[in-house]
Amino acid sequence: MRTATSEIDLRRATSVDEALAILGEERRTPVAGATDVYVALNFGTTPERRFLDIWALDELRGITMRGDILVLGALATYTACLRSPLVRERLPMLAEASALVGGVQIQNRGTLGGNVANASPAGDSLPVLAAADAIVVLRSLAGERRVPLAEFFTGYRATVLRPDELIVAVEVPPVAGKQWFRKVGTRAAQAISKVVVAGVRGPATRFALGSVAPVVVRARETERALASGASIDEAMEVLGREIAPIDDVRSTGDYRRTVARNLLRRFWSDTA
Amino acid sequence: MRFTLNGAAADVTSPPAARLLDVLREECGLTGTKEGCGEGECGACTVLVDGVGVCSCLVPLAQVEGAAVTTIEGLGDDHPLQQLFMNEVGAQCGICTPGMILAALALGDRPSLDDVKTALAGNLCRCTGYGAIYRAVLKWKEASA
Repeated sequence: MRTATSEIDLRRATSVDEALAILGEERRTPVAGATDVYVALNFGTTPERRFLDIWALDELRGITMRGDILVLGALATYTACLRSPLVRERLPMLAEASALVGGVQIQNRGTLGGNVANASPAGDSLPVLAAADAIVVLRSLAGERRVPLAEFFTGYRATVLRPDELIVAVEVPPVAGKQWFRKVGTRAAQAISKVVVAGVRGPATRFALGSVAPVVVRARETERALASGASIDEAMEVLGREIAPIDDVRSTGDYRRTVARNLLRRFWSDTA
Repeated sequence: MRFTLNGAAADVTSPPAARLLDVLREECGLTGTKEGCGEGECGACTVLVDGVGVCSCLVPLAQVEGAAVTTIEGLGDDHPLQQLFMNEVGAQCGICTPGMILAALALGDRPSLDDVKTALAGNLCRCTGYGAIYRAVLKWKEASA
């Protein structure tokens, strides 16, 4: 029997230390819930053949507080986020996003760390993490470093993650203000986003978008316009200039720009 | 590699990266689990791993070592939900049915219609429409409440 996985070399790690030791000595792509990696293997869209199974690293599953920082373990699944009282209380927009990632089967397996590592511009959790000023925690044998989510992505599917590093957590500082999330796709479950946005309206208003650029983006100029008292119509003009969505199989650039502008208006009225 | 399959020990020799779906169908000979899309969108390959619904086309075999896997064959032939799918005509071609039934098994008690729709949002049916399927699941839940 020859299948898409016949030539795959999958090594398993049973602890974070073991995983880091393996990543320190050989190049392997970490795989957790496999909801992106195995799709790529099934469709032959990845050249990767060597993987490191980190699904068993229970020490990365926790959702906890450290002081006033919400610490989301890299292996926290969408189901775990959805059910977490801490997430519901402190980062409800992540619970909303989690409920719209695929169907239940995907929510049960897909992880936050995986969504960040996969670095798709359409990743549903990414605008939430961008709007929350989240920090990605990377660990290697050399130690740990913390990278703001906005600096983690360097281009389409490209990140600052080194081959010897593992994403171990995402840290979210307190978010002041009303949180808002909206995903626009062909149906509620299972659809990859045409446009996905998260916003926070508070002392520092934030608006982040996915699927409108090669990486998830914070609309800084739009945020500044809103902070300086511009009307929502003016802010929508700014947003229209600030993003550069493209035509692809899921939608057109024009549609995405129009929807993004309308979502900004909706965000503003919903959180008034 | 050993796991529990429908209540009995299963020893398999497929490689660790093999898809659970292929192991179930090709090595274990249980063809009730179907392959639809191969990308986690149709839910036809849904099985339960330790009671949790997953798409078996996206699960490396290594990750079910020691776990309890339930497929449609594990229900026998006379599970009340299977009967209700027949009575309510919740199946036509049948490809989606095993996945629908396993996804429904993970539902909590006293679900609303919306709860059922959410639980089955990851399972696509291309023939009956969903009304009969939702009806079967709701009747099963009412009867077992």
